[in-house]
Formats: sequence, C-alpha cells, structure tokens
Amino acid sequence: MIKILKYSFYDLMRSRWSYVYFLFYLLLGFVLLFLNNELSKAVITLMNVIIVLVPLIGTIFGVMYYYNSKEFTELLLAQPIKRSSIFLGQYFGVAGSLTMSLVLGLGIPFALYGLFESNAIWDFSLLLITGAFLTLIFTAVAFNIALSNENKIKGFGYAVLAWLFLAVIYDGLFLMSLIVFEEYPLDSFSLVATMFNPIDLSRTLILLKLDISALLGYTGAIFKQFFGTNLGLVMSICMLLLWTIIPVWRLSYVAKRKDF
Amino acid sequence: MIHVESLHKKFGKNEVLSGLELDIDQGGIFAILGPNGSGKTTLIKTILGMVIPNKGTISVMDSLVKNKWKYRQDINYLPQIANFPGNLKVKELIAMIKDIRQKPSDEQKLIGLFGLEPFLDKKLSNLSGGTKQKVNIVLTFMFDSPLIILDEPTNGLDPLALIRLKELIAEEKAIGKTFLITSHIMQFVEEVSDEVVYLLEGEIYFKGSIAELKIKTGQTNFEHAIAAISTHNKHD
Repeated sequence: MIKILKYSFYDLMRSRWSYVYFLFYLLLGFVLLFLNNELSKAVITLMNVIIVLVPLIGTIFGVMYYYNSKEFTELLLAQPIKRSSIFLGQYFGVAGSLTMSLVLGLGIPFALYGLFESNAIWDFSLLLITGAFLTLIFTAVAFNIALSNENKIKGFGYAVLAWLFLAVIYDGLFLMSLIVFEEYPLDSFSLVATMFNPIDLSRTLILLKLDISALLGYTGAIFKQFFGTNLGLVMSICMLLLWTIIPVWRLSYVAKRKDF
Repeated sequence: MIHVESLHKKFGKNEVLSGLELDIDQGGIFAILGPNGSGKTTLIKTILGMVIPNKGTISVMDSLVKNKWKYRQDINYLPQIANFPGNLKVKELIAMIKDIRQKPSDEQKLIGLFGLEPFLDKKLSNLSGGTKQKVNIVLTFMFDSPLIILDEPTNGLDPLALIRLKELIAEEKAIGKTFLITSHIMQFVEEVSDEVVYLLEGEIYFKGSIAELKIKTGQTNFEHAIAAISTHNKHD
C-alpha cells in the first residue's frame, strides 16, 4: 500500500492543481494577515473559508483523481498487489497531498507572522486538524461515490450534491426544524444533529475554542457545556474519526467485490 | 496450468459466461477466439482476478485464485487497451512496475528490440497508439513468468514491430512458457498458436488444433473455418 501511496502522492505533487491549491492557501494566509493585522481574528475569518472550501476541494479532487487514474488502477489490478492496497493507497495519496497543501499553504504565512510566539497557536492547530479531518472525510466520501458510479457525470453530480447537502442544505433543514419545533426542548436534538454533520461539528469545535460562544445565545451555553469540556472534545474527535473510518472501510469493502 | 470449472458471470442481466469449463496445460500457445462479446476478455479478467465470477472456480498453477493476489506474480498480462497514467514518463512507468513486481527484468533488451530509446523521456500522454502498445509489450515481456496472457497484442503495431513480437513469442514458447492470446487477426493466430479455444455464448464451443478445426468445418482456409463455426452455430 505504501508503494501505491507513494506513486499517487508523487503523481499529484507533479500536477498543476496541487500547486494552485497550495498557492491559493498561501495567498489567502498572507492576505488575511495583512487585512486583519491580528492572528486570532485571521483565524476566525480563515475558519469560515476552510469549513466550506476544504470539503469542496476534497470532494472534487477525490472524484477527479479516481476517474482520471482509472488506467493506472487497471494497470495495477493485473499486478501482484492486494486490491484494498491499491484503493487505500490512492486514497491516502490524494488526501495526504491535499492535507499537505493546506498545512503548508496556511502554516507558512502564519509561522512567518509569529504564530509560535502568540497564544493563537492552539486555535490555529485545531483549525488545521479539523481541516485535515475534513479533507480525509470528503475525499473518502468522493472516492466512495466515484467507485459506485461508472458514469463520470453522475459521479461528479452526486459528489457535489453530497457536499452541498452537508455544507448548506443540512444547516437549512436544521434551522427549519428548530423553528418548527421551537416549543419543545431542542438541546439534545441540536447537539446530536451537530455531531452528525462533520462540517457543523468542525465549525462548532473551532468557534467554541475561540470563545465566542456568546454569539450562539442559549444553545451556545448548552454547546459550551458539552463541547467545551474535555469529554466533548474527545467525543467530537471520535465522531470525526468515525466519519473518516466508515467511508474508508466501505471503500475497501466495495473495491474487493467490484469487477474491472 | 489453468483449470476453470463451471464458471458463471453475469453483468446485470447480460449473462457473459455460462458454465464455462476449460483446462490449459503447461507449455504452448492457446488462442482464445470468438465473436465480439463472446466473453473472451471476461474470461481472461476472471483468471486475473479483475472480474469476480458469480459461480465456479478457477485455479492457476494448482492454487485457487479467489481473493488471492500473490499468484499474479507468475502472470504477465498485456491489457487490451494500452492506457497508462499520462503524467508519467516511459522510463518512470517501467521503473514503477519493476518496483511493484520486485522481480528480475530485462527491459533494456526489449527497449532496443522495439526501438523505444527515443521515447524513454517522453510522457505517456504524448505517445501514439502504436508506441504505447510497444511500451505495453515491454512491460509485459520484461519479467520471467511461466504464464503470459495477451489481449489483442497486435493492436496498432507496425509490420516490423509485429515481426519482433512474433519472434518474442516464439522465443518464450521455446523455453516452455504458456500463452493465452486473444486476437481478431486470424493470420496472426494461425501463425503463432498451437491450439484454438473457440468461445460462443459464454461456453467453449470448440477446443483443439487448427488442423482439427479445418477438418471439423470442412474448410481449407483458417479464416473461413472460424467464420464457418460462427455461422454454423447460428443455424442450429
């Protein structure tokens, strides 16, 4: 698996898109720092960008890479390699190179600005960790969708739809249900609903870490009670891990049974 | 060498292989023939483990292939359409496959044989179809394996390369290797193969030498003999 990972990673590192993605973050980091003039404020702005953009890029790169490397996959399938190694290797190659672009692209400007001497370092690290998780999760979801759809257009459509659902529609439904059922106690419902969407979960985690939970009102207090504690943090990380492991497991399960 | 027992494969509603039985002995060249869509490539891909059969068993060199992958170390496979990752250079692709297989290889001789030296530093996406097929052949023949499977090996080759390919096949056969070849070029099949396996509607319709086939169909020309068994069957 390590060999396949190496080749996929190497292949992506040489493609133009990885550089575009890396340069984008580099530029974003510098511009935000220039405009905000303060690390912790830049982190908040950055969060809003990352929470939506990272899943989108993960989804699109995942689907694109899977379909583009079809030939490579077929070549490998006839070689003495385990099937799950081929697909997991490719997946970690893509997710790994995307994560690297993110961490380096944002890390360099922030480090130059004096991140290591400031107390925003933990907030910033949490931002990068959730960013990495979101990349892993959405690339895995995209690989699953691509694996189950021979038709590229359909696969692409479903993948973008999955992103749209989790990034936008889910929140809409969530808010609507809060309004419709406002007479009932909704604390645990909103906690659970937040846990089930990796994007919402990441957003809540970072917001609470940044201590601006006052913005969230009464629900915010409840959230603070849960997510603010160590138990909440551990639970959230576990949930993100689950969100990563389940699609990766399904990926290797489906790959073992598919005809090529 | 290869033993296939009551092999069934359906793609959706389309039944491609229906209870296929096949025994391939060691040594010699076996041509797998049949009309389009008769299941030739599917048969090859089930042997390679790329397509998973619905029913039936396949064993290669006395070991069952289901869910296994190590046995592919002993198979060299030339895929039908030479599509390679376009980002790589020819040299890098060869190095990569060598790295994956971890077997001794003699690619230098083959690169010389097919005149690929000027292309080694070119990206695969910039090569013509015929050159890609030559790279494909180098990748297939550079390892020393007892079983060699060729799916349409003549695709896009120029006459010189075709002669070289035939010489290569003859050389490998002389040292006791087993070949499975599919092709629609009957002249090529007649020239190289020892035995013909004719697939029709997912089953083996005929297996034997070319001479036997000619006697069976009452034709003197091989191409016509093949045409005769396909049409003969339709009238049944």
